[in-house]
Amino acid sequence: MRFFLESRKFLIVSAAAYILLKILFANNIISIYIQQITLFAFIVTIASLGLNVIYGYTGQFSLGHAAFYGIGAYTSAYLTKIFGIEGVFSFLPVLFISGVAAGFIGCLIGIPILRLRDDFLAIATLGFGTLVRVILDNSDRFTEVLGGSRGFVGITKIANLELTFFSALFIVLITKNLIYSRYGLFLRSIRDDELASTSIGINTSRMKLMAFSYGCMLAGIGGGLYAHLYTFLHPSNFDILKSIDFLIIVIIGGMGSIRGTIYASIIWVGFIEGLRIVLPVELLDLRWVVIPILLIALMMWKPYGLMAKK
Amino acid sequence: MELLGYIIEQTINGLQLGAVYALIALGYTMVYGVLRLINFAHGDIFMLGAFIAYFLITKFGMPIYLVFIITMLSTGLAGYLIEKIAYKPLRNAPKISLLITAVGVSLFLEYFLSLNAIFTPNYIAFPRPFEIKTYDAALFTVTNIQLLIFTVTFVSLFLVYLLVYRTKYGKAMRAVSYDREVASLMGIGIDGIISFTFIVGASLAGLGGILYGIAYPQINVFMGIMPGIKSFIAAVLGGIGIVHGAVLGGFIIGLLEVFVSAFISSTFRDGLIFIILLLVLILKPSGIFGKRIEKV
Repeated sequence: MRFFLESRKFLIVSAAAYILLKILFANNIISIYIQQITLFAFIVTIASLGLNVIYGYTGQFSLGHAAFYGIGAYTSAYLTKIFGIEGVFSFLPVLFISGVAAGFIGCLIGIPILRLRDDFLAIATLGFGTLVRVILDNSDRFTEVLGGSRGFVGITKIANLELTFFSALFIVLITKNLIYSRYGLFLRSIRDDELASTSIGINTSRMKLMAFSYGCMLAGIGGGLYAHLYTFLHPSNFDILKSIDFLIIVIIGGMGSIRGTIYASIIWVGFIEGLRIVLPVELLDLRWVVIPILLIALMMWKPYGLMAKK
Repeated sequence: MELLGYIIEQTINGLQLGAVYALIALGYTMVYGVLRLINFAHGDIFMLGAFIAYFLITKFGMPIYLVFIITMLSTGLAGYLIEKIAYKPLRNAPKISLLITAVGVSLFLEYFLSLNAIFTPNYIAFPRPFEIKTYDAALFTVTNIQLLIFTVTFVSLFLVYLLVYRTKYGKAMRAVSYDREVASLMGIGIDGIISFTFIVGASLAGLGGILYGIAYPQINVFMGIMPGIKSFIAAVLGGIGIVHGAVLGGFIIGLLEVFVSAFISSTFRDGLIFIILLLVLILKPSGIFGKRIEKV
């Protein structure tokens, strides 16, 4: 009960947002394309929250977040295909399993690499991301269904407004609880000073591993929803650029700010997809010229993120 | 007997690729030494080198030795500018900000140059600056391209070795990499040394770019990503910050890559390189030549 009281403002706002979106969606006031983008923004929120737990709260720099997103996407798509799942409720366990799969792989890979710091961790996660990309590209050698470099086609469309919205809401609440729990305090203290945290008896390697696995699990859940929103997966959707997408969202939203991540995900998806509508095709390539410049400028001006408290 | 010849030929191919990796890895390791930064843009400077050489050959028809000199000077200038504009303002910023900036510079170079108005994202055929000659030894063959690559690489590696270990600049570089503050107290101009390191590293990457273009004559603005990452892994394998480590690492990675492609499958070679990285980072993070065992 206390929990609901504490987050009553957030719950009221989200209820209002849900009702508004429901009305807009039900009467097709906004086009199917924009509906899809809206759902995608929630999915990106879920995955970015995962990276914010890893990087923003625990300070573990990861350039391979998209790999876990991809693992979740492929796992869930494979499972729904094998078991012929079409309903939202029978999809929920699949979504859970895909999250757990990504989290489990994150845990396995995290055991060796989380001993590394900053830039070495970046290279190791980047390497892992490329490794996953190579495996996905050759995935048709394992089973034909996965499609390899031709892409995974013919996934059932399951993700609707309710599923994505309430998954995102649920995950935001869980993450918020985690961050404001004892464990969340441990994570933040590791980010601020790992050595001092060890000295006061925090098992830093276990906490880092926990945060990393949790973040990867969120990426997996996001990926699972993504697969059943766009119904088509391609290994190139899960490469380094996608990881940088998540990183940019976390940086814009501010390291260690849940609210910032939510806003930044929605703004970012809206910005990228909006530019696709506004800009002519010739200028569309300019997006990735301007974004790095903004990123560099942001690093010089506000290294902890636009909406960060520091 | 045929197998032996095949193995020798693949070894030569591996050394050829490894020579390019060694040149790139040197830049990574030197910059990491003085700045403790993984310069993600380094692979893109390599790409820039290939493109500058392409334009010098096709548009101006320059002789090959001029191509080498001008390309190396221009990539050196590019390295200098990148350091001055993007990295210098962040000298005292958190380490990860610097890293994100490096990723940003890399993305900027790739996507800016891939604009249709500039290089376009398509593959471009790199011209052969001279005719290929094949020399037959008893068991294997070797081309003049391979001989050129070996000669150029070994000469430049030797020069870098002399620079780092036998000159005053090299001494200053090693001092900066050992302890920046103390080096500055000893009257070493830190900014100058860092710029100098970037220039040397970037011109070596440019050199690698030309050689790569000559040996594997297809260039593309995104061609620097994978060789860049692999060379970094080579630098880590040999012990980051150590000049001869980077060279040895480059050759090991090149040989492994070629042998995996030849005997297992070319699709898995990229995967294998990262497994090596993970193994090195887990087992001996300081690399083959690293002396101090420390938590990296």
